[in-house]
Amino acid sequence: MTAIVEVHDLSIGWSRDEVLLEHASFDVRTGEIFGLLGRSASGKTTLLRVLAGLEAPLAGTIEMRVTEHDHCPALGVMFQQGALFGSMTIADNVALPLQRWTDLPPDAIRAIARAKLRLVGLEAAFDVMPANLSGGMRKRAAIARALALEPPILMLDEPSSGLDPITSAEIDALIATLAHALGLTVIVVTHELGSIDAIIDRCILLDRDSRSILAQGTPRELRDSTVPRVQHFFHRTPEHV
Amino acid sequence: MPAWQVIGSDDRLELVGELRLADAPAIWRAMRAATREHAPRQIDVSKATAIDGAVMSLLSEVIRGCTCELVGATPAIAEVAHLYLGARQLPHPVHERAIARLGDATYRAVRAVGDVAAFTGDLAIALGATVRNRRAADWRSLPALIERAGIDGLPIVVLLNFLIGFVGAFQTTRYLQQFGANIYVADIVGISVTRELSPLITAIIISGRSGAAYAAELGTMRVSEEIDALRTMGIGPTAYLVLPRVIALAVVAPVLTLLGDITGVLGGLAVGKASLSLTATGFMNELRTIVVASDVWTGLVKSVAFGVAIALIGCRHGLSTRGAAAGVGRGTTATIVACLFSIVILDTLATMVFREFGL
Repeated sequence: MTAIVEVHDLSIGWSRDEVLLEHASFDVRTGEIFGLLGRSASGKTTLLRVLAGLEAPLAGTIEMRVTEHDHCPALGVMFQQGALFGSMTIADNVALPLQRWTDLPPDAIRAIARAKLRLVGLEAAFDVMPANLSGGMRKRAAIARALALEPPILMLDEPSSGLDPITSAEIDALIATLAHALGLTVIVVTHELGSIDAIIDRCILLDRDSRSILAQGTPRELRDSTVPRVQHFFHRTPEHV
Repeated sequence: MPAWQVIGSDDRLELVGELRLADAPAIWRAMRAATREHAPRQIDVSKATAIDGAVMSLLSEVIRGCTCELVGATPAIAEVAHLYLGARQLPHPVHERAIARLGDATYRAVRAVGDVAAFTGDLAIALGATVRNRRAADWRSLPALIERAGIDGLPIVVLLNFLIGFVGAFQTTRYLQQFGANIYVADIVGISVTRELSPLITAIIISGRSGAAYAAELGTMRVSEEIDALRTMGIGPTAYLVLPRVIALAVVAPVLTLLGDITGVLGGLAVGKASLSLTATGFMNELRTIVVASDVWTGLVKSVAFGVAIALIGCRHGLSTRGAAAGVGRGTTATIVACLFSIVILDTLATMVFREFGL
């Protein structure tokens, strides 16, 4: 598989004095589900935001090998709380990027929004306001919105956090199905061990103390690692008691 | 030459080439034109090299409600088709009829009346519980509630009632002067302010200040699960939160109304002195002959009813808030509308009852 994202010598953080990650290099291959793992405050979400172009890196390069059609965004991003617009219905949330980036007539846009919501199992919530959805439904709706412009890369920030195990497993299954059927490359931030084992092909484990990538490979390779901090993460053992 | 083609015949739709979001507007028009007269029975995608999710979404809309089969799909297209079209036939969208919507609205209106009755019943039970156990209600909050609704609202109540009395008197000056009946400005202002204007204006101000504040306050508590936390601690929110607010407004509303009566009359007196050459003594003597105690206390009785209604409406909307910040906003707006509506209805009923008893 070819690399669709190549990260070289990347440093991220709030300033030169507040660095979260230094000299990180990794690549994400086309069609894989790639995990950004790590403990809380290790910089996973910030790294995702840098990859999505929402934050500037302190140093290093990110190369995205995607074709942008008519400057239409090549990334679909699902934020941790969904970030749905509370004043719009779910359908209008999904339709918004299509209204912005395509010349489709309103009936076609509604048709696409309906199909995207059906895809994530939310067609019944077409005209519902986000406030009236559960946490899991909001995340599904946010995935539908992220998929609206057919992006080749989907970025998901903790898609299953705060959800019950069944809903969490359903979201994982949805991500795997979408990635496989639509040929998407998915970059997912998570620290849910169940999700890591269920859907992730390859991953990197960030370490907040050394501000570096502690390990990278498949979940199985990381699970078998002899590095103590990697073992702590995968075997849920405390570092300090 | 586009990289795609949509070819329609009687009962067949053929998609050719690479069909993607970038070309979706033209593809949508072509599919609509090809299927306008005949729903396709077969969709042939054997010559399609790629169909993305957006075009498959449009295709799903085109074939919604008709029985048709997709033929010639490559494994990649079949996978996208399976995802978007599924194995099942797509149902027609259900459009609710006007009569059904009317029925639904009627049902909701009736249910709302039932909810208000249930809420009032809850309050009666809470009152009983509080009589048995004084700690059921949050009495410590009562002084602060009275201060917020009463003392903090005093300047605006005084100012608006003065202006209402002033404007009301001013409107009559021209006509009273024509008949040489300047002194009757005291009668007009005295009766209208004490029986109607002061209770109404004061209640409207209380609705905007306290009614809305109660809805927002309790609504925020509801969405942040504080109300649920109270319940888990065995504290009934009606007794703990609603009862003190109802008592606060039942106390504050007549006091503010009485002050509104005084300042409204002073507004009329200002006009009488400035425009009608009346003396303060003459104005007050005329006022005493025409305004009797029942004019004042009927206004005060109405204001107690308004205060209780405003508190109940605000608290009920707050406690039934659903959703996050938007729900709190909706509850606050609904409170203002319901308060104004209720105040006018109560005022009409009270006026008719007082008239029936010769008051």
